[in-house]
Amino acid sequence: MGDAVTASASLGATPGPEGAAAPVLAISGVSMRFGAVQVLFDIDFDLRAGEVHALIGENGAGKSTTMKILAGYQPPSGGQVLLDGAPVDFAGSQQAEAAGVVMIHQEFNLAQQLTVEENIFLGRELRRGPFLDHRRMQAESRALLERLNCAVDPRAAVSDISVPNRQMVEIAKALGREARVLIMDEPTAVLTTRETEILLEQIDRLRAAGTAILYTSHKLDEVARIADRVTVLRDGRHVLTAPASDLSTDRMAEVMVGRELSDLFPPKPLPGDETVLKVEGITIPGLIHDAGFTLRRGEVLGFAGLVGAGRTELMEAIVGLRHAAGRVEIKGQQLAGGSVRAARQAGLVYLTEDRKEKGLLLGKDLTQNLTLLALDRFTNLLIDRQAEAAALDRAITEFDIRAGDRGMNVGNLSGGNQQKLLLAKTMLAEPDIVIIDEPTRGIDIGTKQQIYAFIAALAAAGKSVIVVSSELPEVIGLSNRVAVMAEGRIAGVLEGDEINEQTIVRLAIGMAGSEARAS
Amino acid sequence: MTKTATSPATRASPTVNLHVLGPVLALLLLIALGAWLNPNFLSYGNVTNVLARSAFIGIIAVGMTFVITAGGIDLSVGAMAAFVAGLMILAMNSLIPIMGVGIPVILAGMAVAMVAGFIAGWLNGFLVAKVGIEAFIVTLGSMGIYRSLVTWIADGGTLSLNFDLRTLYRPVYYDGILGVAWPIIVFAAVAILGEILMRRTAFGRHCAAIGANEQVARYSAVNVDRVRIATFVLLGMLVGLATIMYVPRLGSASGSTGVLWELEAIAAVIIGGTVLKGGFGRVWGTVIGVLILSLIGNILNLASLVSPYLNGTIQGVIVILAVVLQREKKAAGAR
Repeated sequence: MGDAVTASASLGATPGPEGAAAPVLAISGVSMRFGAVQVLFDIDFDLRAGEVHALIGENGAGKSTTMKILAGYQPPSGGQVLLDGAPVDFAGSQQAEAAGVVMIHQEFNLAQQLTVEENIFLGRELRRGPFLDHRRMQAESRALLERLNCAVDPRAAVSDISVPNRQMVEIAKALGREARVLIMDEPTAVLTTRETEILLEQIDRLRAAGTAILYTSHKLDEVARIADRVTVLRDGRHVLTAPASDLSTDRMAEVMVGRELSDLFPPKPLPGDETVLKVEGITIPGLIHDAGFTLRRGEVLGFAGLVGAGRTELMEAIVGLRHAAGRVEIKGQQLAGGSVRAARQAGLVYLTEDRKEKGLLLGKDLTQNLTLLALDRFTNLLIDRQAEAAALDRAITEFDIRAGDRGMNVGNLSGGNQQKLLLAKTMLAEPDIVIIDEPTRGIDIGTKQQIYAFIAALAAAGKSVIVVSSELPEVIGLSNRVAVMAEGRIAGVLEGDEINEQTIVRLAIGMAGSEARAS
Repeated sequence: MTKTATSPATRASPTVNLHVLGPVLALLLLIALGAWLNPNFLSYGNVTNVLARSAFIGIIAVGMTFVITAGGIDLSVGAMAAFVAGLMILAMNSLIPIMGVGIPVILAGMAVAMVAGFIAGWLNGFLVAKVGIEAFIVTLGSMGIYRSLVTWIADGGTLSLNFDLRTLYRPVYYDGILGVAWPIIVFAAVAILGEILMRRTAFGRHCAAIGANEQVARYSAVNVDRVRIATFVLLGMLVGLATIMYVPRLGSASGSTGVLWELEAIAAVIIGGTVLKGGFGRVWGTVIGVLILSLIGNILNLASLVSPYLNGTIQGVIVILAVVLQREKKAAGAR
């Protein structure tokens, strides 16, 4: 209602003394079961004004459910939700929002066709008489976005702005709603390092203004940087709550996984000499300019670059998902453009970064997802359902997919298991060359390690792998060579000792291109 | 609202079974009601009559199931049937001077119907898949076009099949084998093949994948355009087949042939549990949907309990009820 810009600042008067502040929002003894499956056991968790409390755990540890209970999306099966010390029973997220508890989802809750301003003020539009007061809403939206150092025009449609900017709009929307408690579900999963830094600064500012913040991320260095306290969940149970200053990131990872983590990356297998993929002169006007590279048998080629550098677009062009000029050769044979099917038949497959929208049918069961890409291998006029079931058995064992029930919808699997299923689906096509885009986005560290081991095993078995990733340690830890993209061009291809963070970042932001190429 | 909305695990509970069995139970209930209201209801004559009449809509509705499962819709099927019937009659009449009255003329007429259905379906599919116009708009347009074309070739009146030829063609609707009428046999065959196609072939799987999420299908090397066109072509050809069974019944076609068939077909598909937005379809459900719709009309005619003029009202209520049930299932299946 009131002046949104100053609202949360005025709340700065309320927090009590540092550290001893009473919890604004808490859950006590909360358990949660879905049918026969219990996902939370007797969880205590609290959020204090002026504090960032990180909630970490592997996929499926119960973080999402805990957050949803706190934000009023789900009533707990047992236990209490306490607001300012008094039990509440949120009848839904709207009621929680009215009480100042706002959750920012990993998948954005923005109306794509509406403008930024309309989204920020959705449901609480400012009026002048019977009409909308666009001018004031725009001004306030602009002010909110400025606080986030986000230069998006409030009049732009959400569908036209970049993914990181959408994240900022989500946060601006929450700020505009005078949030006392902000629940952030992996806000940095889609942000670059620089954007993450801006977000973390903003979180600092909100904390100083007295907002209670729940923060989740798989990136433990961020957690160490921003959190005051850390709570770890494992398998639906509370394991630890401690001041962040007492925990190293290694310790956090160990507590999350429940065992000591050996080296995250397996040793790199040596590639062969034979060139299996040769890409020349790929150009998509405005996106990719004259990109070319080669890939050898048994090689892992990393692709690094900032978000928006064109890595995904280049890969989509290579496998025929986008129309582009240029030439793709697989084992000396030119690949017909524009056909995913032709690429797959030539042994080249692409595993998308967007597993929920492009990778898996969330409303279908495991089997139908697993065999969709390679359905022809199971079809002889009719689909051989026994062979499909056998393939699912194998995939579940080989990729360690943990599903409660084989008939369950894939949308109900945790992110890590979805990713493993997507890998299994891709490998079912028996490719020689696999392009994996963001292999571990939104995935816990234990599953990451499994996926890294899998990629190394693929290369060792003579397959060739392209790993596109925004996580530099991943690219560095897995790749024999690293191609760095900047603004639609391949800025350089690094080998051996050149593969280090500094060189990659310099290339990615468009510095020192010639220097690296000179080698 | 309901507790099921937040609990994925209740999916496997009786709610779903009710969703699966709902249409079957409704059908059984209707049959029991009909038998109780009128002893003639279960007589051979009445059963044959109901089934044969529902065969046209039924054959079309099976094709519609594929179109809807793949995320499309086709509003043009009623008008298309009228147009194909008009073309078929016109072709047969004009072939009589050359070929004489005989079975070859009828076979030629059947071929015309199938080819016309194929072309009409392909046009719809091409405009949807390749030109990228929404199926609703494309078929709304083609509905108007076919409706006006048939009125035009009939010159505003009725196109009648040559009388002698009609006598020869009549058995295709009225006769059968072992007392089962041809339309029923054809409908049953189409339904069984359709069920197999939907459940057991890559084509059916691809239809559901496209309807569920076109992007995922594209990224999974499914030829989305081709599958989508194929659903419309299949439907067009089934319209042709339905017309082949329909023409011998009256031996004529006019601007009012097949009016509202598209809505009945779509309603049957929805009652059967296929999701209107696509992604999930079942042919056997559609068959039950067709039977439910035609039984309602039949019962109202036989029993003087409610005016037959209220047929549409009751059918409408059933359609809406079916969708409400569908929505509850979806809420239960949500993440």
